[in-house]
Amino acid sequence: MTITEKILAAHAGLDRVEPGQIVSVKVDVALGNDITAPIAIREFRRIGAERVFDRSRVVLVPDHFAPNKDIASAEQCKVLREFAREQDLDHYFETGEMGVEHALLPEQGIVVPGDVVIGADSHTCTYGALGAFSTGVGSTDLAAAMVTGEAWFKVPESIKFVYRGELPPWVEGKDLILYTIGLIGVDGALYRAMEFTGPVIERLGMDDRLTMANMAIEAGGKNGIIAPDATTRAYVEGRAKRPPVYYRSDPDARYAEVIEIDVGRIRPQVAFPHLPSNTRAIDDVGEVPIDQVVIGSCTNGRIEDLRRAARVLREQRVAKYVRCIVIPATQEIYRQAMREGLLEVFLDAGCAVSTPTCGPCLGGHMGILAKGERAVATTNRNFVGRMGHPESEVYLASPSVAAASAVKGRIASPEEVVA
Amino acid sequence: MKFRGRVWKFGPDIDTDRIIPARYLNTSDPAELAKHCMEDADPEFVAKMRPGDIILADKNFGCGSSREHAPIAIKAAGVSCVIARSFARIFYRNAFNMGLPIFECPEAFDGIEEGDEVEVDAGTGRIRNLTRGTEFRAAPIPPFMQELIADGGLMAHIAKRAGKG
Repeated sequence: MTITEKILAAHAGLDRVEPGQIVSVKVDVALGNDITAPIAIREFRRIGAERVFDRSRVVLVPDHFAPNKDIASAEQCKVLREFAREQDLDHYFETGEMGVEHALLPEQGIVVPGDVVIGADSHTCTYGALGAFSTGVGSTDLAAAMVTGEAWFKVPESIKFVYRGELPPWVEGKDLILYTIGLIGVDGALYRAMEFTGPVIERLGMDDRLTMANMAIEAGGKNGIIAPDATTRAYVEGRAKRPPVYYRSDPDARYAEVIEIDVGRIRPQVAFPHLPSNTRAIDDVGEVPIDQVVIGSCTNGRIEDLRRAARVLREQRVAKYVRCIVIPATQEIYRQAMREGLLEVFLDAGCAVSTPTCGPCLGGHMGILAKGERAVATTNRNFVGRMGHPESEVYLASPSVAAASAVKGRIASPEEVVA
Repeated sequence: MKFRGRVWKFGPDIDTDRIIPARYLNTSDPAELAKHCMEDADPEFVAKMRPGDIILADKNFGCGSSREHAPIAIKAAGVSCVIARSFARIFYRNAFNMGLPIFECPEAFDGIEEGDEVEVDAGTGRIRNLTRGTEFRAAPIPPFMQELIADGGLMAHIAKRAGKG
């Protein structure tokens, strides 16, 4: 069996499962945010449910339009707060403790290797980087899991991606996943598990792995997953709130497809509007002037991302008439960036540094685009109107490319800024 | 159950941000969401469509975010059902869970034009193009999903199982 099949089988109480089989599984964590949880809570109440199945396993994070951006958003956050208080939830994160959910849960050890996690947020697939089965669902699925502690799934077929070769300079986890999505398309992994393997993945740090698993959904994938190894164990140690279980795919596991990728020739990638699959190598971008840069989000708002952005922005200035907004994804990342002097680098360069929020990634607040404006963002989606006006544009890239673009005022390679 | 209405056609990879832009997600009120249904795909859609009309889309309809606001907006706008060459998985799941009828049928996209009058038989999956006199067959709905529909959606299904329904 594959790692995905093994985790689903274990949570279904079965010895083995086959792709296509419908299984009901126990969920270790069920997650909601200020956009999706209000509907789940409404459904929870509608059927007369009184208590959540386990108050330590239902997690609520008001991160999308929080700190409250307007009265309506404040009302939605209030629904979460009141429900968390009523149910006495262990894991409710108020502004001040709150971080972007998919950076926060692994960091706080709330999700651990071997888990089944569902979240009413499509980027819940992020936790696959730890070797968990983790997938996005809607509010009604979340409501059902809050009541029963279970969810139903069709066991997905898996695609095995094997990354080989030496990573060239300035090529990061973000470039690997953008390149992969460009290769297979936005529905290239529809309904399937994306298993990221190979020597390149084994050498990749946890922040890059989280970035890759995070964007599995942008290829239509049900989940992205990476087998736990020494890097995983080192990350989990001292954080895990429950004992982790480490699974690996069997040598004779069956895959729907095996895709080999030689990373040696990959250049930093940029996804042009309006699909994450619309990728180009940085050398083929041409002259694209920009108005804004966003460095943050559940995709690239972690400490390693901020270190890379700071490396490019050190002793540089953000171009005139360009806004560069840096959003550390959690309070811990914010504090660490402060300790390392990264925040000072950003401030010296003329960046705005924000408290954690999903904010501009989904066109919520903290950096909305006007008609005709262009942004380079380290976020995950460049759909029509994603960051603001329907006629604005988002270009997806790594933190290094985003930082270089802020300095140049156009989409630029870090090689143009750092000697 | 049968649905009958005019068809509005949309291209491939219509994401949930186009179905209901995030700038309207500070509410989950269906009537409010309905006002902005499909706004960033076709700003005139809500003004043009009539209750009972049908959305017909190319591949990967509903890709992107998990927001259940997307099928809620479509249903509350009065769209009777959605036919697509294929659906993104979270949208597919959400539609069944909350009760928006959807049908997967690659041939229908090629054989139906915008404005055609179409009738869909939910029981048999038969899609009839009344304007052109042609007929298509939707992919069968998996037995487990049929059970959900019969119970009236996922929450009614679990309430029934728990003996509360």
